[in-house]
Amino acid sequence: MYLDNRRPTITPALAFRVAVLGGIAFLMFSVIFFRLWYLQVLSGDRYVAEANDNRVRDIKVQAPRGQVVDREGRSLVDNRTALAVKVTPAELPKGGPAQDDLYERLGDILRRSARRIRKDVNEQLAAVPFSAATVKQDVDLPLVQYLLENGDDFPGVTVERVFLRRYPHDEVGAHLFGTVGEVTKEQLDEEDYSGAEMGDRVGQSGVEANYDRYLRGRNGATRVQVDAMGTLTGSLSAKQPRAGRQLRLGVDLDVQRTAQQALGEGRRGAFVVMDVKDGEIRALGSAPSFDPNLFAKSIKQSDYDRLSDPLNGNPLSNRAIQSVYPTGSTFKLITATAGLEGGLIDPETPISDPGSLNVGGTVFKNAGGAVNGVIALRQALSVSSDVFFYKLGLEANGAGDGLGIQRWARRLGVGRRTGIDLPNELPGLVPSPKWRAKANREGIGDGRPWSAGDNINLSVGQGDLQANPLQMAVAYAAVANGGRVVSPHLGNRIEDADGRVLQELPSRARRRVDIEPEHRDAILEGLRSAASESGGTSADVFKDFPIPIAGKTGTAEKGLGRPDQSWYIALAPYPNPRYVVAVTDEAGGFGAETAAPAARRILASLFDVRGQEKKVVKGDSRTF
Amino acid sequence: MYASPVQQAGSDVRAPRPGLAGLDLALLAAALGLIAVSVYTLTMATQDDVPGSPLYYVVRQAIYGVVGVGLMLAVARFDVSRLREHQRIIYAAMVSLIALVFVFGVAARGSKRWIELPFFRFQPSELGKVLLILALSAFVVDRVRRLGDREVTARIVLLALFPALLVVAQPDLGSGLVYLAIAAVVMFVAGTKWTHLATLGGLATASVVIALLVAPAVGVEVLKPYQVDRLTAFVNPTEDPQKQGYQLRQSITAIGAGQKLGRGPEGATQTRLDFLPEHHTDFVFSVVGEQFGFLGAALVLSLYALLLWRALLILTSAKNLYGALVAGGITAMLMFQVFVNVGMTIGIMPITGVPLPLMSYGGSSVFVTFLAIGLLQSVHAQARATELAKARELAAA
Repeated sequence: MYLDNRRPTITPALAFRVAVLGGIAFLMFSVIFFRLWYLQVLSGDRYVAEANDNRVRDIKVQAPRGQVVDREGRSLVDNRTALAVKVTPAELPKGGPAQDDLYERLGDILRRSARRIRKDVNEQLAAVPFSAATVKQDVDLPLVQYLLENGDDFPGVTVERVFLRRYPHDEVGAHLFGTVGEVTKEQLDEEDYSGAEMGDRVGQSGVEANYDRYLRGRNGATRVQVDAMGTLTGSLSAKQPRAGRQLRLGVDLDVQRTAQQALGEGRRGAFVVMDVKDGEIRALGSAPSFDPNLFAKSIKQSDYDRLSDPLNGNPLSNRAIQSVYPTGSTFKLITATAGLEGGLIDPETPISDPGSLNVGGTVFKNAGGAVNGVIALRQALSVSSDVFFYKLGLEANGAGDGLGIQRWARRLGVGRRTGIDLPNELPGLVPSPKWRAKANREGIGDGRPWSAGDNINLSVGQGDLQANPLQMAVAYAAVANGGRVVSPHLGNRIEDADGRVLQELPSRARRRVDIEPEHRDAILEGLRSAASESGGTSADVFKDFPIPIAGKTGTAEKGLGRPDQSWYIALAPYPNPRYVVAVTDEAGGFGAETAAPAARRILASLFDVRGQEKKVVKGDSRTF
Repeated sequence: MYASPVQQAGSDVRAPRPGLAGLDLALLAAALGLIAVSVYTLTMATQDDVPGSPLYYVVRQAIYGVVGVGLMLAVARFDVSRLREHQRIIYAAMVSLIALVFVFGVAARGSKRWIELPFFRFQPSELGKVLLILALSAFVVDRVRRLGDREVTARIVLLALFPALLVVAQPDLGSGLVYLAIAAVVMFVAGTKWTHLATLGGLATASVVIALLVAPAVGVEVLKPYQVDRLTAFVNPTEDPQKQGYQLRQSITAIGAGQKLGRGPEGATQTRLDFLPEHHTDFVFSVVGEQFGFLGAALVLSLYALLLWRALLILTSAKNLYGALVAGGITAMLMFQVFVNVGMTIGIMPITGVPLPLMSYGGSSVFVTFLAIGLLQSVHAQARATELAKARELAAA
């Protein structure tokens, strides 16, 4: 039938072949239907989730950090909003010369190199792909206005308000707060920083770091929809950021300010004002100070170099805890405690002070060649007899294991970290035969074996002793409060923004030591006499001062032609002290000359003695 | 030499009357249904594609549809058999049109497939599909008695291979494969020996293996790297999200997210937010899947099933071999494109730029598909007319 190209009826051969075609079609339709059933009905949920992942992005909204306030609620650290120039990745020119040009233009305006901008931006985008990357924080308004007016020349460049730390009192309290900075990769794995996200600013040191989890707050997020190019197409929902909690410190801003002024312009030294009973810090500082506002944004290298240069006195270092010194006669409190508790003397034991002590040919003299005659402990503390304590030191060196003074120094907190909520505290050193032997073995000592002379030097706070003002304050507090070695701390409580208490920060004593009450009383009487009775080392400084003070001067000899270091540690009010005030001036000379007058000003502020905060009363005592 | 030895069969039969009379209504309904679904789908899918002109693609596709339907009705009234004697002219026209692209072609995304006309971009390779069907069927009809000869089979294959390679060189691999599918089905329907078909199948398999595996290994570039990527992406779609696998993954995500009843035009984020590339052309089926779910996809597939069923039916009822072969070629063209395109969107076929007939946006494709359906209608009308005439003869006798 094919032959004439006319097929009125279909041949079996053709029918078969058409059937094969139909069969193939049927097979293909079946495969497609099964596949569609699998994709849409059986796995549909999975693909809905994938489609949503495609389109939904969360953009972070920075939460402001909590404020830090003083004990009266006065702001010490707050936030200011600054304008930051950022770039939005999706709107940037895509690579190539257009992007280079943009970075060049931005660099010209912001005074940064295009290369650095590119590096910064790329690092941030690698960490948080969809959020805008910061090019420069805290840009001046005229620059911002220029950028906004010429927006067409700066595609993808945006200006955002960000929160930066502000320190309204500038140099006052600079050493207390620590710094805030972008969280590091390592920190993200630490429990202390749980909840922090890449790009967040977190506390990096000091109080900011210690109480970071309260201060940080919780970032909000704006959930947006993006298209395939990453362009925003709409807002889906927003989670408001929650501001960080407020931290109240035990610090008293007035005392802090007075203390920094009292230490004086151009001096190098430190002070600590602490509650004797619970270790709460009322003021703590170091001179020279610095303006922490420099750290609010990333600090310039030149500023940092200047502030950490020893020739400028290394203002960044906190001498109250990070510098250790011989303490001079302020150490006599510890020697006295060791002598009394170790049974070497009792409060009335008479000891002859002929003006000098000869030990194996070495003569140890009183400062200024004073001869005090036969005296007991109270008098020895009052006039700061060196020979009295030389003899105690000599006796202690021969009694038992010879470590009576060392043991009490460590018990009272010298030679170990106090545990204050500030970073990089130094432990200091209480010299001992063991330490000397080790130092010699390691070749860092002078090769001389431990001798009685070493213990004699230690007994008056000279020689190899290394302690900082905070440790001495803790030791004085422990004696004054009857044996509680407190844990010094700045943080008092966590509050909401209105000052309502959310959580008290606990202040536990680190440990207790046993000091006989009559021993404690004798020591305090000696210190009281020193600050009040004729012949007392600081009596002329505190003459007419309305608050009864018990205090000890110290003059640390540092040798090598360097000026003496002035110390003063006061307990007030006598006889039941609430506060300990420790002051040191690295080049202040005699204790009564600089440290004691500074302590007087601090105490005036602490006890609100009108008109006395600025009054400088120097003492004439030339004792060590 | 190729002149028909037989008088035109329909010479004593009047041409079918104008209008719908004599048309296969089911076939017509399927075609109209598909173009309607296309326009409806594009309305939602392309509203954000051309800024300020949300109906850009919709208006154009609707116009292509209307013109296409007119074209179909006109062709339906025409006796296809008359084209048989013009096979050489048709073949020559096809080759020249395709070749024209290399001279006047507009480049888009690295390939020259189009010629810019005042109203739309004309894609000769689309029209070439129908021209090849017409010319090749005539060539086969002339040699139907010698189909057992290897030489005849070889010549048929070469006649199809030449334009196919021209198209592949544009480069447009997908359309080239359509040409070969047409040739295969035309030979198959005409009655080419099974042994010949099996040999050709073997050769085809061998050339695929050589092009994809052997040639790159010895450093000869038969296919461009992107073509190899596309052809192999469906094996492992998530390997590289930036490359061809990305399209495929987004397409599967879109279809899967459609679930049973679809996400609706507004909820279809894969489409609206541009995650799904080429959503108005090659991946329009994914849009249907996302917007209307399994239900919508099944509806569209049913329309194609109806279309192909009617085409096969017309094949079997054709009044002469030429009509049957033309119907066979058109069936092949439609079937191949539907399966390859839909298969591509659901990840069971390689990615080739084959449009989905009547659904994908594009003037050339819509016109040519309606032209092809018009030819089917013509074959059907002629068969009906012949049967009516016979019935009258029988009644008269």
